[in-house]
Amino acid sequence: MKFGVVIFPGSNCDQDCFWAAKDVLGEKAEYIWHNDIDLRGFDCIILPGGFSYGDYLRPGAIARFSRIMKSIVEFAKKGSFVLGICNGFQILLEVGLLPGAMLPNKNLHFICRYIYLKVENSQTPFTHLYKTGQVLSMPIAHHEGNFYITPDGLKRLQDNHQIVLRYCNAAGLVDSNANPNGAVDNIAGIINERGNVFGLMPHPERSSEEILGSDDGLLIFDSIRKWLK
Amino acid sequence: MAEVTAEVYPVRNSVKDDSERIISNGVYRGLGLTDELYQRILKILKRQPTLTELAMFSVEWSEHCGYLCSRKWLKLLPKKGKFKTLIGEDSGGIIVDDLAVIFKMESHNHPSQVEPKQGAATGIGGIIRDIFTAGARPIALMDSLRFGELDKPYNRYLLKGVVDGIQFYGNCVGIPTAGGEIYFEDAYTGNCLVNVMCVGVADKNKIMRARVKGKGNAIIYAGASTGRDGIGGCSVLASAEFGKDEEKRPTVQIGDPFMEKCLIEATLEAIATGYVAGIKDMGAAGLTCSTSEMASSGGMGVDIDLKYVPRREENMQPWELMMSESQERMVLCVKKGKEKAIEKIFSKWGLNAKVIGRVTDDKMVRVKDSGKTVACIPAEALTSPPMYDMPYKEPGYIKEIRKLNIKTLGQPGDYNKALLKILSSPTVINKHWVYEQYDHMVQTNTVVLPGSGDSVVLRLKGTSKAIAVTTDCNGRYCYIEPYHGAQIAVAEAARNLVCVGAEPAAVTDCLNFGNPQKPERFWQFKNCLEGIVSACRFLHLAVVSGNVSFYNENPRGAIYPTPTIGMVGVIDDVKKITTQVFKKEDELIILLGKCIEELGGSEYLKVIHKKICGRVPRLNLDLEARLQKAVLRMIEEGLLSSAHDCSEGGLAVALAECCVSQKDAMIGAEIDNLPAKIRVDALLFGETQSRIIISAATRYLKPIKQIARAYRIPLCVLGRTTKEKRLKILSYIDLPLDKIFDTWWNSFDREVNR
Amino acid sequence: MLKVEIYITLKKTVVDPQGLVIKHALESLGFSEIAGVRYGKIINMQLDLKDAKIAQRQIDQMCKKLLANPIIEDYHFKIKKT
Repeated sequence: MKFGVVIFPGSNCDQDCFWAAKDVLGEKAEYIWHNDIDLRGFDCIILPGGFSYGDYLRPGAIARFSRIMKSIVEFAKKGSFVLGICNGFQILLEVGLLPGAMLPNKNLHFICRYIYLKVENSQTPFTHLYKTGQVLSMPIAHHEGNFYITPDGLKRLQDNHQIVLRYCNAAGLVDSNANPNGAVDNIAGIINERGNVFGLMPHPERSSEEILGSDDGLLIFDSIRKWLK
Repeated sequence: MAEVTAEVYPVRNSVKDDSERIISNGVYRGLGLTDELYQRILKILKRQPTLTELAMFSVEWSEHCGYLCSRKWLKLLPKKGKFKTLIGEDSGGIIVDDLAVIFKMESHNHPSQVEPKQGAATGIGGIIRDIFTAGARPIALMDSLRFGELDKPYNRYLLKGVVDGIQFYGNCVGIPTAGGEIYFEDAYTGNCLVNVMCVGVADKNKIMRARVKGKGNAIIYAGASTGRDGIGGCSVLASAEFGKDEEKRPTVQIGDPFMEKCLIEATLEAIATGYVAGIKDMGAAGLTCSTSEMASSGGMGVDIDLKYVPRREENMQPWELMMSESQERMVLCVKKGKEKAIEKIFSKWGLNAKVIGRVTDDKMVRVKDSGKTVACIPAEALTSPPMYDMPYKEPGYIKEIRKLNIKTLGQPGDYNKALLKILSSPTVINKHWVYEQYDHMVQTNTVVLPGSGDSVVLRLKGTSKAIAVTTDCNGRYCYIEPYHGAQIAVAEAARNLVCVGAEPAAVTDCLNFGNPQKPERFWQFKNCLEGIVSACRFLHLAVVSGNVSFYNENPRGAIYPTPTIGMVGVIDDVKKITTQVFKKEDELIILLGKCIEELGGSEYLKVIHKKICGRVPRLNLDLEARLQKAVLRMIEEGLLSSAHDCSEGGLAVALAECCVSQKDAMIGAEIDNLPAKIRVDALLFGETQSRIIISAATRYLKPIKQIARAYRIPLCVLGRTTKEKRLKILSYIDLPLDKIFDTWWNSFDREVNR
Repeated sequence: MLKVEIYITLKKTVVDPQGLVIKHALESLGFSEIAGVRYGKIINMQLDLKDAKIAQRQIDQMCKKLLANPIIEDYHFKIKKT
């Protein structure tokens, strides 16, 4: 299988995602420039973290109009996999491939640290190697990770099991103390209704090797690989 | 001093511009040039300078760019050491196998005092550019900061602003701010210090130099458009003390980290083509500095026409264009015929790239404005300001401040309280409030995270190696004893590297001092420098790059002499890294080194007794070198669970940090044996040098003792790690870890948000 | 030439922590009369158009498409002739 890692001006986790997919997982990976349009041959597109277009106006607001995004929307319509990490998640929200929007963190600061996540839905192509209820250790690094959606939208997410990851404490308890940024319902990652587009604020590529503090994140990449086989 | 007359000297090199003649003495003084320097300029040009030429001299010959007062002494710094070094024009580094590790530290003190967010942000921008213009991809940033005490609102404002600036720039540009240090001392009120260090990695055969080569090659300007930012920043701002009038805000530049990120990618791509003969960042003194220094370093000349310079403001005069310090700009020397290929790369990343001139062989810096010559200066003369021999004199305070009659010092009634008080002192407290605002994980190389080890460790992907980085300086020690304080800064940096398992390799320094025109301040500078030289020589460490920042003073006084040492070390096997945290219960806790009864200059003395005095701890470089070798051996042989050096706050603080640094896995300790019969406060809180606390499984005691004996290091088994979550030190300390953690982890939040 | 001022603020239903922090900071400086603060952005634009009605339609499009995120932001604007 082949991963495609999109590079926007200002992306800065593209090389980390590439490393995780190619050097750690051992699969084929290629970079895709934001001005390209051809996604043939790719099985999963990764929109990496960073500050595309400096996060100017709003994070992801300008990147969503890049030429590649049209192709990615088509790609997603066909049922192929799209993984949006951090800024990538923000771009997926702006382009409407996922519902909701991001606000600044409640404490108004950038937060970079390891947090705990509870796997709420392990039936997705991105999380089937985890068990439901499993507690993962993964880092966050963002200024705008405060996920917002209208009450109706939230109900739809809950009813359709679209909430994949929630912030929790080491024991798996999902409460406001474990919520680092104020995200509604402690939501850290969601999937679209069809189940082929996944967006999450934490960084799985940064927790894909023990030496970095945790390898829990690698299973997201591995889940995609195994699902496709 | 002879008055400058309107006498016209024979014109050399056909500069004909009547409208730019200097008409009064006041002009050059307004630009920060002394009468003496102006006379030198007249001698060089053999005529009166044009306004553009005067502006160019004023910035290139400012203290900040020209190092007039310090160059003589900087020559003493060793350029060779145990690792093969590379010393370039703007940065330097070491060779590790096939890689070059390039690093440098720089200051941005005055701009940060005036506008903390942008001052710190542009400081980061500048140091990053020095690294990637050498062809190295930046892989880490470190910040070494100093502020006045946090009870003053303006100091809190500065701290928040500077941290905001560093996170604003560093996070967006995608380089992890992986570590650093922050000190709080009254002496820094009115003059904060913002020193930033950047480390980058390159293929050792693909390093770029900051010089022009090849007659006819193109001079390309790349990056942001030029505006009026920072005009006179380095000459007016950095080369003068802060007076009562603080209306210097207009000279602070604004940073654009998004553009810088694009610049990094475009530059590294351009360099990879092989068409770039030389490259330099436009930092302090902007276009003047970059063109003239590149010409002079290459033994060539440059001929540029300002009409090609992209600008973002209207009606910019030639002298403004030459002085502007607009950020995110660079100069490239590109092989003739390859200009379009390079322009295409920059354009892909949305950046300007314009040919503004050519390399010549007449060794002149020729600046035109739409064809009309407005400046014509010999490159070498422009980049060789005079080297002064500054007078120095031991300050009056020295004899008094070194006095400390330890016998008259009372001991705390409650050592538990004393320990908690020191742990909550802003200099000692855990700084997670700061480092969690920095993305310290991007690039997935950070294998020792801030707060868990004595140094930052970054793996080198594609190899089995890693590098460790640290910054250190205790300004208070340097105030009391500049020579010894500076030696200690070097020794401590090396010790911090050793504690994570790294062999100290080379140094970059950022020397922060007061006004060098005052003999008492210069005495501090000279002595600190000599201390650095002696320690580096002893430990075989080359100083590959650095920076000097003078004039850090205001009417209240000067900062503590603060020669910040940035040091890089090499770890041969990334799997053999040690952190400071106790790992398992029921392991041995051992002290390597000895405890001497000395409290001078200590954090304990300041926090508990409110005194700053007494001789600083003695440093025995021979013992220090042996200790470092011994600990490296122990780590190499896999004998240690943890290693942590003793510094501010002494043994008790170090032990507390070993217990609580890992929030989710705190391990208690019981110390039932201390190595000396000295005053209890000196035992617990004294800052004797060359001491490292290690922990290890009991079965490793024998080989550890053997190594200690081989290197003649005093060893004392202090006690064991325990299941019980308490820190106990004989009958003096008995505290639950939760209480220690709460003080150590949460106090900074409370201090900052008063 | 038309001069445009576009105001973008968070919807009233969305929590505005920045507004809250600003309110508290002002109160700590002694301004006790503040009932509420909302934080937003202003975008100043010059349009090379003469017809204000056309301009209105254009700006509305710009806001809907890019300048404001309709899920969390509201916008309004003023047009002046220069």
